[in-house]
Amino acid sequence: MPKDELKAGFRLVGTRPNRPDGLDKVTGRARYGADIVAANMLHAAVVRSPYAHARIKKIDASRALALEGVKAVVTRADFPTGLTGEDWNLQENTIAGDTALYDGHAVAAVAATSALVAQDAARLIEVEYEVLPHVTDVDAAMAPDAPVIRAGNADHSVPEGMHPNVVRYIDFGHGDIEAGFAAADLVREGTYKTEATHQGYIEPHACLGQLGADGRGEMWVCTQGHWYIRRMCAAVLGIEAANLRVTPSEIGGGFGGKTTIFMEPLALALSRKAGGRPVKLVMSRAEVLRATGPTASASMDVKIGMKKDGTITAGQVNFRMQGGAFFGMSPIAEALPCAFACYDIPNLMHEGYEVLANRPKAAAYRAPGSPMAAFAVESLLDEMCRELSLDPLQVRLKNAAKEGTKSSYGPTYNRIGLVETLEATMAHPNLSAPLGPNQGRGVAAGFWFNHGGETSVSLQIGEDGTVGVSVGTPDIGGSRASIALMVAETLGIEYEAVRVNVVETGSLGVNEPTHGSRATFASGKAAVEAAESAIKQMCARAAAEWGIDPEAVEWVDGAARPAGENAGKFPPLTIGEIGAKMGGTGGPISGHHESVPGGVGASFGVHVVDVEVDPETGKSTVLRYLVVQDAGRAIHPAYVEGQYQGGAAQGIGWALNEEYIYGADGRLQNPMFLDYRIPVASDLPMIDTVIVEVPNPGHPYGVRGVGETGIAPPLAAVANAVAAASGARLRTLPLSPPKVLAAIKAGQ
Amino acid sequence: MRYHAVGSFDEAVRISASATGVTRFLAGGTDVLVQLRAGIVQPDDIIDIKHVPGVKDITRRADGGWDIGAAVSGVELGAHAALCRDWPGVVEGMRLVGSTQVQGRATLTGNLCNGSPAADSVPGLMAAGATVSVTGPEGARVMAVADIPKSPGKTNLKPGEVITRVHLPPRGANGGDSYLRFIPRTEMDIAVVGCAVNLRIDGDTITEATVALGAVAPTVMLVPAAGAALVGSTLDDAALDALVIAARAACRPISDKRGTAEFRIEVAGVLARRAASIAYARAKGETA
Ligand SMILES: Cc1cc2nc3c(=O)[nH]c(=O)nc-3n(C[C@H](O)[C@H](O)[C@H](O)COP(=O)(O)OP(=O)(O)OC[C@H]3O[C@@H](n4cnc5c(N)ncnc54)[C@H](O)[C@@H]3O)c2cc1C
Repeated sequence: MPKDELKAGFRLVGTRPNRPDGLDKVTGRARYGADIVAANMLHAAVVRSPYAHARIKKIDASRALALEGVKAVVTRADFPTGLTGEDWNLQENTIAGDTALYDGHAVAAVAATSALVAQDAARLIEVEYEVLPHVTDVDAAMAPDAPVIRAGNADHSVPEGMHPNVVRYIDFGHGDIEAGFAAADLVREGTYKTEATHQGYIEPHACLGQLGADGRGEMWVCTQGHWYIRRMCAAVLGIEAANLRVTPSEIGGGFGGKTTIFMEPLALALSRKAGGRPVKLVMSRAEVLRATGPTASASMDVKIGMKKDGTITAGQVNFRMQGGAFFGMSPIAEALPCAFACYDIPNLMHEGYEVLANRPKAAAYRAPGSPMAAFAVESLLDEMCRELSLDPLQVRLKNAAKEGTKSSYGPTYNRIGLVETLEATMAHPNLSAPLGPNQGRGVAAGFWFNHGGETSVSLQIGEDGTVGVSVGTPDIGGSRASIALMVAETLGIEYEAVRVNVVETGSLGVNEPTHGSRATFASGKAAVEAAESAIKQMCARAAAEWGIDPEAVEWVDGAARPAGENAGKFPPLTIGEIGAKMGGTGGPISGHHESVPGGVGASFGVHVVDVEVDPETGKSTVLRYLVVQDAGRAIHPAYVEGQYQGGAAQGIGWALNEEYIYGADGRLQNPMFLDYRIPVASDLPMIDTVIVEVPNPGHPYGVRGVGETGIAPPLAAVANAVAAASGARLRTLPLSPPKVLAAIKAGQ
Repeated sequence: MRYHAVGSFDEAVRISASATGVTRFLAGGTDVLVQLRAGIVQPDDIIDIKHVPGVKDITRRADGGWDIGAAVSGVELGAHAALCRDWPGVVEGMRLVGSTQVQGRATLTGNLCNGSPAADSVPGLMAAGATVSVTGPEGARVMAVADIPKSPGKTNLKPGEVITRVHLPPRGANGGDSYLRFIPRTEMDIAVVGCAVNLRIDGDTITEATVALGAVAPTVMLVPAAGAALVGSTLDDAALDALVIAARAACRPISDKRGTAEFRIEVAGVLARRAASIAYARAKGETA
């Protein structure tokens, strides 16, 4: 689709102005988490368990405390007791109680006058451990002889007789699964596995915390959601939420991994113990990889029934996922509904288990659960299409969900754009690019729900007619630019006249984090509502000045005007004129909106990748990559393309080389970017994108949310391409060269 | 931790010979500083040799060979057209190290003395028959690069000894060398296998050949049998097959997070064949 068609009659929506944060970021002026400093500040370091599972018998901090410059040491004894549920999980993960549950689990923390002294002091804290048997693999953790990580964690859903590490069971479906398989010409099944991967955001977690003996505190932190930080820190520390003011920094990536706390309460606890001095805590990359939330690892069975013409008659999945040593952290409840969400299938059965393992507490990672589910289902579909000599895109089109389809997870779809996305894919020139020897093409589709969530936004008219917008959703993907475009479009003013600020917890009602691809959808929707409410007030001021009825005033092109002949003849009053006078016409003008917006629009994507596999080394090279995805409406298309490309890049990394590698001792073997292999720039071709626009009726400008869907298809698309190129069908990720080479040799 | 910016190698030797704790020389610092920040090595004395006169020089000797100062960076090596013409394999090994930023600092000497079995410039140096000048408390000596590595992270340099220069022999006529490494990505990775081949031809026939392998044993190593498999041949299939067998036979790799032993052995043969073909083409004056 040509770029300007995206504008669809709008003045600003669909254009590509400079990003408001660009200059700050390229000049180094942007303040990230680790850039925040305060007078009298202390630096913290954390003592972490070197064992995957160990009883903590004794912690002796006397030598550390004797070191000059050391001001405080905290252990679990400095935290309140009696927490339950997720609050207890958060506290237990922040700092271990009786037992260290994974390699890297925090055991103690120290604050000192410099980072070097703090690190030296951390080495002087002596911890006596009794090493316990551990388990890190999801299937092994379910086996009868697996060590019990924590008994009594299972909820009522788990069938009797299962290992205590199995803590959740989910099942749902519709139709008659056996009849569905009986109606098929071909029934195939397979077992697929994915390893845990990390979001790999460029900025490690960092915060500066200050907490007085009176229970009042402040925190500056790199996060996707500062109200979550406030609530979680308050719970873990036993203080009152309103007494903790949390200000988000600029953020160097999150991808879901910064929607929760990991070490933030440690800074506050140390500050409280050090007489209220501010404490700065910055993680190293190794700490990020060992002790923040990667995604789950998964083991998945899939069975699909298909007719000769490609009609899918039945689908069945059984997924097992571990999300670390804590209940509720695996995305099993998201993975299952994503499995068949792209298709209209009459007979479906889903079952899933969440399993505890001695691994870090998983966090959200871009469309949590969907990439694994798509890897399993889209791989098997590809195998079946090959077996039946069917075109994989045609088969997806034949079975595609559309408006009115009862989705695999229950609700009936509103207006969705999978069919349009598949058609745009088929029309793309990449589909007809010639392939050479050892080259193959893979396709896959993917889905994400998108999300609304608690949202509160304020908008202020300035004395010069410029507009400030206060949002509570940190900008991780261009939301400030997109929100400014929508507000400027609504108010009829220039993009440059709107400044969107991400404000601290004291400034707005509770906001959920920037997660679920919601910021442009939810904060954007609320900002448009807030702008509408400011317009109403401005019209009322004009009406008062003209002495006419407010209903007789309309807002056009950034100014109040009499609506029609009968209203009277008055020159327009611009937003600048109204702003300049507002002190004398009734006071400040602002708009405000808060809600949990409905009307969320699901989004679908289709990826096509060409890969060349070196048959002698098993190394895969991505030659061409295409992302086609329904954005609803692309408010700022360059950012949308960036999201598509970013999702694909992360998915390619997950498919090819990224993995958490545990040794037999349960320790993470690759806690650094040298061996935790995310793609480097030269690994990837320019990723081609096509923005499909099937507007979401639930948003004033048709936004669906675009951040997450892009990571769902790549795992399967790449695996399908590798199979096409090399003949090696791998059902376990990553497709690292030793594995691919072994598979090629086994097939020869 | 004490930092010393020395003005001569004698001063460097004096300080290191009298140091009692952990000592590190600092060339580019791309190993030393990274290990320090990661808490792997905490030196008591860091002796920076970058300010010694001449350490950034690349000079052609009267015999046609080359002397390379101990602090010459990868970028400087790559920018030296005549050296690149003579020893493309040595230079391409060094140029694979790290990234653009790392290249501005990293040196051949540091790569050699860090003692990694996966060091990318070392197979090329060994295959070329490179030597190093060493100065120490007991005076100066010249050592073959092949004699420097001892075990992972360890060299055969004696306490207090510092490398002052790397020497490459004269290229001579009809020679060619090359280096290839296998990594799962395209850069910023550690060699899973590395292989350098240096050879000379007379007409179509190979008269001399040296093969070195990296990352398949505790140290980078020469594989004489692999070189011998090529000598006397015209790089025909039989010779290449013999080369592959000899290269694989020499491997004593470990299985680790970067690759299985089986994979390394297999790929060592693949790289040997490919590197030999490139070196042969270069010896014939073909651009490869
Ligand atoms: C991001 C990154 C990527 C990298 N990628 C690669 C890669 O792809 N391949 C690879 O092989 N390496 C790689 N390295 C490792 C490193 O860059 C190389 O080993 C480099 O050549 C080291 O050279 P240097 O001058 O920086 O050494 P330094 O760090 O200065 O020193 C390394 C060692 O040599 C000793 N030393 C230095 N000078 C002397 C001397 N004159 N005499 C005696 N001993 C001396 C030091 O004491 C130290 O033990 C990478 C490093 C980084 C940070």
